[in-house]
Amino acid sequence: MVEFFSTFPEMSKAGLRLFKKTVDGAYRNFSREYGDAIEAVFDPVLYFLVWFEKVLQNSPWPLVILVFLLLIYFGSRSIYLTIGSFVAFILIGYFGMWEDTMSTVSIIGVCTFISIGLGIPIGILMSGSDRARSMVSPVLDIMQTMPSFVYLIPVVMLLGIGKVPGLLAVVIYAIPPIIRLTDLGIREVDKEVLEAADAFGANKRQKLFRVQLPLALPTIFAGINQTIMMALAMVVIASMIGVKGLGQPVLKAIANQYFTMGLLNGLAIVALAIIFDRVSQSYGKRLQQHRAGSRE
Amino acid sequence: MEKDYSSIERVRVSKVKIKIEKLYKIFGPKAKEMTQEVKNGVNKDELLAKYNHVLGLDNINLDIEEQTIQVVMGLSGSGKSTLIRHINRLIEPTEGVVLVDNQDVTKLDKNELLDFRRTRTGMVFQRFGLFPHQNIIDNVQLGLSIKGVEKAESNETAMFWIDKVGLNGFEYKFPNQLSGGMQQRVGLARALANDPDILLMDEAFSALDPLIRSDMQDQLLELQKNLKKTIMFITHDLDEALKLGDQIAILNGGKLVQNGKPEEILLNPADDYVTKFVQDVNRAKVLKVKSIMISNSQGTEGPKVNMNDSIESCLPTILDTRSTLGVVDDQNNIVGSISDKEVASILRNN
Repeated sequence: MVEFFSTFPEMSKAGLRLFKKTVDGAYRNFSREYGDAIEAVFDPVLYFLVWFEKVLQNSPWPLVILVFLLLIYFGSRSIYLTIGSFVAFILIGYFGMWEDTMSTVSIIGVCTFISIGLGIPIGILMSGSDRARSMVSPVLDIMQTMPSFVYLIPVVMLLGIGKVPGLLAVVIYAIPPIIRLTDLGIREVDKEVLEAADAFGANKRQKLFRVQLPLALPTIFAGINQTIMMALAMVVIASMIGVKGLGQPVLKAIANQYFTMGLLNGLAIVALAIIFDRVSQSYGKRLQQHRAGSRE
Repeated sequence: MEKDYSSIERVRVSKVKIKIEKLYKIFGPKAKEMTQEVKNGVNKDELLAKYNHVLGLDNINLDIEEQTIQVVMGLSGSGKSTLIRHINRLIEPTEGVVLVDNQDVTKLDKNELLDFRRTRTGMVFQRFGLFPHQNIIDNVQLGLSIKGVEKAESNETAMFWIDKVGLNGFEYKFPNQLSGGMQQRVGLARALANDPDILLMDEAFSALDPLIRSDMQDQLLELQKNLKKTIMFITHDLDEALKLGDQIAILNGGKLVQNGKPEEILLNPADDYVTKFVQDVNRAKVLKVKSIMISNSQGTEGPKVNMNDSIESCLPTILDTRSTLGVVDDQNNIVGSISDKEVASILRNN
């Protein structure tokens, strides 16, 4: 009786071993059987990612910087941020990190696109039904809290090492904010405005595209901003499974205790993060100018 | 020989536009079963305490005549906002019938209902319900764009109504750049641009300050002279109800306690609740001479007063002469007489 309270009545070692073996074996068989087919599904994404990376890396660097600066200026309308970004790009190039930076930018870009493309429709779905919300919400919690290494194992088993599993890992980690904030933004739309749309005979689609999405846009943009930031945070972990970019030199620096190398690449990631953040934030702010109107 | 149609014109045959019959609304999961309890005499408070269901409307029967302003009055929680939302079915009834031009709104299917809302009703909201992300002209043409009216045409219509409500020059402003009164003008223009035959106004002027509110009431009456819409107007303000209403219905706890012309409500309140409502009203200002005059066609000497004037406006004449005055109609025919006695008896009851 005393033993019952002092040691937990756990399952037998043999049983546990059998359990693990069975699950692992089943999954291994599954990935052997369907791995190629599943990989083929991701081929278009892979092609696009490789193409985008090549464009960024093979175009003349002054041209790339010019395009970036134009995007930054028209996104943020801030001359200071544009000058700051120019200095950052020059320093990144001067310290020999141009190619890695372009790789990182390309994977962040593609991941953000995928997250937006999947996240906004899922968010819309969630906002429309409490049942969908109660099903998706716990999944998002798992995606955000499960240590990324844990879900990297099956992904790598299935797809091997390379860009696609890295992409998947980044998207899994980065997509929850945009889903949650799309849902929140739509739910927060003023009930009386929606009722007005109803009273004038708007159907579901008209309500979504004329009222709900436009009014939720600033919130959705906060979600996009969060998603980009989280994608950047995953760059180092993604590089462990073969994604090229600024993460790889950081890994090398950790392994070999190259402090300067780690610091430089780390600072390049920080610079990218700040640029992405400021541009998407001030663009999002400009979207809600109509709200600030009365305070001017 | 020319015939005189003027008398025929005046007794225009009135037509019922909206007919509400045995309408019940109960909020809660077992609304249908609760209807029976309500029919057995359970009231709003008991229903909430005993069954945890909220009684919204309790056996409402109401006929609204074409081209009139029907005011629905009551304190908050009396069910007036619930009632108005049954006309365009923003709220589904638990039981009962809402007929608009003899067509049962409660039986419309999804697309018919959308179509009904697009063409037959316009609604004005207490907190305006404007689209904050669209400018005024786009807000006004909401109904038209939902219907799929061509942009050029709907722009023109919107401009017409913006002009009508006196908002020229504000077409490209955003709602929050306008004052409350101006925003509600946009709300009114938006409802009218659709050219509905029924206008639903849910506490439309309650959020406005008193001076602006009075302006808006005048503007509505002015517009109504030409538009001749059937208007359902919700308010909790008796002065507003008396000023606007051709008919005033009073709700209490989801029940319709009285429906009548303003002077009927004032002179013959149906129960204590209505009496309390009307006791602070300045009757001399609201009541018209015709509602207290003694009908006869004998001529009297001296000054005359018009039957449609308020008692207040002819008080000085009555007090000056201290005698019986002749009452005339708009065509200057003698229709009755009024003396200080009648006036005193009405004011004493105040």
